[in-house]
Amino acid sequence: MKHWIMGAISALAIGSAAQAADVMKMAVTTSFNNSGLADVLLPEIAADLDLEVQLLVVGTGQALKLGEAGDVDAILVHSRKAEEAFVAGGFGSHRTEIMYNDFVFIGPKADPAAIAGSDAATAALAAIADAGSNFVSRGDDSGTHKKELSLWAEAGLDPVQFGDWYNAVGAGMGAALNTASGMPAYVMSDRASWLNFGNKGDLALLYAGDPVLFNQYAYLPVNPEMHAHVKNDLALKLEEWLISDRAKALINDYKINGETLFVFNAKTAE
Amino acid sequence: MVDIWSGIAQAFWLVFTLDAELLEIAGRSLRVTLSALLVACLIALPLAALVAVKRFRARRLVIAVLNALMGLPPVVVGLIVYVVLSRSGPLGVMGLLFTPTAMIIAQVIIIVPLIASIAHQSIRDLWEEYHDLLISMNVTQGQKIQTLLWDSRRALLTAALAGFGRAIGEVGAIMIVGGNIDHATRVLTTAIALETGKGEFALALALGFVLIGLAVAVNLAIHWLGRTEREGRW
Repeated sequence: MKHWIMGAISALAIGSAAQAADVMKMAVTTSFNNSGLADVLLPEIAADLDLEVQLLVVGTGQALKLGEAGDVDAILVHSRKAEEAFVAGGFGSHRTEIMYNDFVFIGPKADPAAIAGSDAATAALAAIADAGSNFVSRGDDSGTHKKELSLWAEAGLDPVQFGDWYNAVGAGMGAALNTASGMPAYVMSDRASWLNFGNKGDLALLYAGDPVLFNQYAYLPVNPEMHAHVKNDLALKLEEWLISDRAKALINDYKINGETLFVFNAKTAE
Repeated sequence: MVDIWSGIAQAFWLVFTLDAELLEIAGRSLRVTLSALLVACLIALPLAALVAVKRFRARRLVIAVLNALMGLPPVVVGLIVYVVLSRSGPLGVMGLLFTPTAMIIAQVIIIVPLIASIAHQSIRDLWEEYHDLLISMNVTQGQKIQTLLWDSRRALLTAALAGFGRAIGEVGAIMIVGGNIDHATRVLTTAIALETGKGEFALALALGFVLIGLAVAVNLAIHWLGRTEREGRW
């Protein structure tokens, strides 16, 4: 009996995990992962390149931090200014645009602030602020959060001075949508996360379409000069695949409920 | 309420069809936590016995610190382990961040004070009883510790199970140091957090019920192996 127990314990302790030939780590934003596109792309990457891409699903802020520390081999995020600062700081070797999707405004079906007919994204936000309707902000320094803050600034408003109706939850897209669903409240989400979200409750998509709401995703390999241990060869191999026609077809054909989510716009030679 | 029922139904479905993904993450949960428990016991139990038997200047302080650390916030432990294991941290060269090993390290730190404190409590009581006998037999310090550990094994089992309970249900620390990577570091608790984030409450609940079931099963198995709580035995 004793031997059997010790055998079982040591078998558990060793923990062998069969893995693909090459393994690399990539930090991606929650919105990319929640969209479900990763589940489509990763098996294809594994099949085409014999490369297992391990995803760390975090906010853009943390993704950039992981890249700076050299804890991942590449990042895929959507916050242009922060990305350019990342490359300028020498943490990333370069920045490659891959695709875009768009942000949408979600809110209670009754639409108490009447944003549905707004003529611009900033007008919709101003209407929410005027009405003092509940609004959930990501508040986690993610790409979505940064975008939301820049829109408030464009509307000439400062979230710091907002009253109780403005709720910065400091959480991922899914958690923010859960909070908005529970209140109910207005919230800005990327379209993919919204369509895949399972707890819509009383919420509905109220406003979309303003070009300022377009959301560009870019791929940044971590600079091997900064961190010698990063798997730069694998990161470049993945980049080549991400800008290929094969990725283009997969990304453009990805649909939820018949709606296209992402538009591929990588330029093959930059 | 509907979510709870569909969660229960889904949990049954996942278990009875032996869903491959469920088996993988449940297996990883067990592997990480049992490894952490084993390491933690190897550290905590001798430490508890030593503190009970040996008189030294800082003894009270050590006991007080151990007791205080029982309430160590996992998320802080996670953050510290993260910073230490990060590539830019002191142990970064080992490349352990975002691996099951990192999760085991974090769990060990969380449960060692808990196991040591509970174990110390019962070993101290036994030491009171055994003190005169063992002193009169003129045994060495090591023999004292061995005797005390062996004779209080049932109480130590409780200490170990408390540690197991805390580790298997832990999410804050292992989310930070493990990263919740699919097929690499995703365990039951982080999967529950993920599904909740997606708004998939039924699936999250189903995983929760599987986690509870797993914890109960492990406890029962350990009691069965240790032949405790049986009729006619204490």
